[in-house]
Amino acid sequence: MSETITAKDINEQDKALLSDLQDALANCMKCGNCMEVCPVYKEVGKEAAVARGKLSLMEGVLKGAIPLSAAFDTAMSKCVSCKACTAKCPCGVPADELILRGRQAAVKARGLHPIKKKVFALLKSRHLFDFSLRMAGIFGPITFKKIPGKMAALARFPMPGMDYKRVTAPFASTPLRSQYPEVIKVDRPTMRVGFFTGCTINYIYTDVGQSVINVLKENNIEVTMPSMQHCCGTPVYMSGDVDSAKILAKHNIETFDSYNFDYIVSACGSCTEAFRIEFPHLFHDDPKMSAMTEKLAKKTYEISEFLIDIVKIDKTKLGPVDVTVTMHDPCHMARGIKVTKQPREVLKSIPGLKFVEMKAPDRCCGSGGSFSLGNYELSRKINDKKIVDIASTNADTVVTSCGTCRMHLTDGLFQNNMNQDALHVIQVLDRSYKAGKK
Amino acid sequence: MEKHHINALKEIVGEENVLTSAEDLYCYSYDATPGHAHMPDAVVSPANTTETSKILKLANENRIPVYTRGSGTNLSAGCVPTKGGIVLLMTRLNQILEVDLENLVAVAGPGVVVADLNKEVASFGLIYPPDPGTVATATLGGTVAENAGGLRGLKYGVSKHYIMGLEVVLANGDIINTGGKNVKDVSGYDMTKLFTGSEGTLCVITKIIAKLVPAPEAKKAMMAIFKDLDNAGKAVSAIIAAKIIPATLEIMDNATIRTVEDYAKVGLPLDAEAVLLIEVDGNPIVVEQEAAKVMEALKANHADFVQIAKDDAERDKLWAARRAALPALAKLRPTTYVEDATVPRNKVPDFLREVSEIAKRNNVTIGTFGHAGDGNMHPTIVCDIRQPEEMERVYKAMDEMFKAAIALNGTLSGEHGIGLGKLPWMEQQHGTVAMNAMKSIKRALDPNLILNPGKLVGEC
Ligand SMILES: Cc1cc2nc3c(=O)[nH]c(=O)nc-3n(C[C@H](O)[C@H](O)[C@H](O)COP(=O)(O)OP(=O)(O)OC[C@H]3O[C@@H](n4cnc5c(N)ncnc54)[C@H](O)[C@@H]3O)c2cc1C
Ligand code: SF4
Ligand code: SF4
Ligand code: SF4
Repeated sequence: MSETITAKDINEQDKALLSDLQDALANCMKCGNCMEVCPVYKEVGKEAAVARGKLSLMEGVLKGAIPLSAAFDTAMSKCVSCKACTAKCPCGVPADELILRGRQAAVKARGLHPIKKKVFALLKSRHLFDFSLRMAGIFGPITFKKIPGKMAALARFPMPGMDYKRVTAPFASTPLRSQYPEVIKVDRPTMRVGFFTGCTINYIYTDVGQSVINVLKENNIEVTMPSMQHCCGTPVYMSGDVDSAKILAKHNIETFDSYNFDYIVSACGSCTEAFRIEFPHLFHDDPKMSAMTEKLAKKTYEISEFLIDIVKIDKTKLGPVDVTVTMHDPCHMARGIKVTKQPREVLKSIPGLKFVEMKAPDRCCGSGGSFSLGNYELSRKINDKKIVDIASTNADTVVTSCGTCRMHLTDGLFQNNMNQDALHVIQVLDRSYKAGKK
Repeated sequence: MEKHHINALKEIVGEENVLTSAEDLYCYSYDATPGHAHMPDAVVSPANTTETSKILKLANENRIPVYTRGSGTNLSAGCVPTKGGIVLLMTRLNQILEVDLENLVAVAGPGVVVADLNKEVASFGLIYPPDPGTVATATLGGTVAENAGGLRGLKYGVSKHYIMGLEVVLANGDIINTGGKNVKDVSGYDMTKLFTGSEGTLCVITKIIAKLVPAPEAKKAMMAIFKDLDNAGKAVSAIIAAKIIPATLEIMDNATIRTVEDYAKVGLPLDAEAVLLIEVDGNPIVVEQEAAKVMEALKANHADFVQIAKDDAERDKLWAARRAALPALAKLRPTTYVEDATVPRNKVPDFLREVSEIAKRNNVTIGTFGHAGDGNMHPTIVCDIRQPEEMERVYKAMDEMFKAAIALNGTLSGEHGIGLGKLPWMEQQHGTVAMNAMKSIKRALDPNLILNPGKLVGEC
């Protein structure tokens, strides 16, 4: 395809795609308030990096003033989807969502970023995906050098699309769902929940998954991890590939619906957001899917939220954990599903634990899902600010509620020669339950 | 502009600091002003004064227009490159060079964001008072060039009251220093004041020496609701007559009250004609005394409801209504014009009444809120710029509004600047002779008319 694809070309392909955006874009008054909070703009310093600029570019494409070029794609990809602009906007412009639409236009016009394309092609086939990630787990030590004592490894060989200096977590040699039976029974269960593990927890952070299961068991809850579950599709959706996202979503919705759980829990803000907000959004004009999706959305909870609001955990069973903890709020927790109090309450219930709030705990850590795949340097710079804030709390542990955030924080701590632990909230709670038994 | 000009610019600032792709240029075709956009030929970001000087020399010799830009949040089309040429982006000059605690001044680059300067000096118990609604995004350079004001204008004044000296680059590339750290300084014309508020038409500011003041120890916020606009006006006069100068004295008219209530549900009565928000600050004992006197003045002038904030949480609640004013109005319609016509303090009720008459007469939506204490009003027009018929009515309403302000001995702009937006009314306010005097200053300092040509004083 040639470098310059015009608005006319794309509209011929899909007339509805960009043109119904016009009204939404017109609501931006160009006040520039989003400059204050956009982590990408703070690093890049150019107008095309901030929401105001990206929305203007979309407007420019719609008007035919500028072509739907490769530079347009690049501008649209420079967004970690942290929703900070949307939260700040006086006009109520959902800039993060509109930018996704811009990406969708770009994908329609010329396809995905080549690296992402490979990863996402893999994602679409559950078997192939499972197989290759298992292989990564088994053969992991060949490509990744372990860093002693950490759930982290340095890529030893340059991997496609991955900076060789970068620390990623090693793939687990046995995925979480293969470590347990599908249904984990307890005596006289008070309720039955479906655990949507998501890919990060299934293939990489199995330690988080184990903690989720332990904690739920402590509360007499029967946990099921439906074996047919698949990636929620968020990364594909975020990259603008809506069709693939729909395939993945439908698969998960039908799978979880068939079990008739009391609740669905996940240990990731983005996964919860997918079930609660994105799936209903994807199928809002499909009556059959929509009813099923709405039903699931209502019973889906993020783990801390579930433990505090629904289970109302018995705090007397908790034993002391002697750590100083600070917390990073993932964007999709803070501004997506708006859950920030409950994880704090979980931590504050733990005897002996000292909680120190960091500066701007809900500022993006720079990971932005698969954003860091294509923009590592930039996401590193955004992350460095977060690391400084963590350091100034003097905490020995930083906790969060998202696998990709944990991975990016771990990388940041390593790159900055710091030795704090980066954990999921639930892992600290798991330790506390264990301490309570001693 | 030609290829060799672009290459020369790249020589000066480095390849990565010259943007020329259509996408990047498109992103610098606008600022926060609705309805004005034009693409530049290049966006150039210098790192320091020397590079700025070289760029201007090149532009001047080749008669290339230069549009200086900070964060592009101004509301008068001051950054729009209407004749193409160069957008000169000053955001890389963002160093705070010095905080001088003995002379209470800060020296900083024009690219420093105002809130960042305040964060830096807060640790010394100091503030830099000019606080436009955009403190968290606007640059020091942009605020000085616009002579920006803000919520604390009544007591603390506006940018020009805090600028003690400047380093500027003139149109031909010459670098000059004006003023300095001296509190008293009558040596020569006051060039510092001339450049402050010059909207990028006379020079490019590359360094700013700003006065700092001690942060107030205490604050007290109050709110009053009036069913009768005149009583609100009298209350304002009574507060000032009691020799109290509140840091903040804000007013919202009925249209704004209804919009805010609809959007934020803060509990304002829909039939109120005015809400006043008052905040006094300073020494804790004096603050208590002044707050008591303000409450007296409000009651004596028949406020229908008054409230005083007991703690920070209550203060936040009182402020919530005022903070919601712009977001609530802006969400009504796609296009938002925030105007800033200003009248003498005692004319505020007359002006508010005129504006609501004008809105009715032209069938346009205008909510007015603003700084009652200093007469600086923000009639905010919400509309849809894509509807030509509606826009005709909007322009007519604007015209009537500015004429009304001038007739009340007011001024077109209290803080947002003239730029292009209010240029058509300049002659009416100042007359031909005064306009010619201003134009001669422009021609003397920028004979080739390269700096923000056509703005503020118009074509020369
Ligand atoms: C929502 C909103 C609220 C606002 N509230 C207020 C308010 O309360 N009070 C107020 O006064 N204003 C307000 N403004 C207007 C605006 O924020 C101010 O005018 C601000 O000073 C602009 O700063 P900037 O860095 O964005 O400058 P820009 O918009 O980039 O530039 C403004 C002007 O200054 C010139 N300029 C910029 N930098 C330099 C330099 N280094 N040397 C020479 N010339 C230069 C430009 O050419 C232009 O003419 C508001 C704007 C918005 C969108
Ligand atoms: S804050 Fe909202 S209205 Fe303002 S520029 Fe950003 S997106 Fe546009
Ligand atoms: S979502 Fe975050 S990264 Fe993307 S434009 Fe908004 S503030 Fe910037
Ligand atoms: S959001 Fe991330 S962790 Fe959750 S399922 Fe999707 S890819 Fe996996």
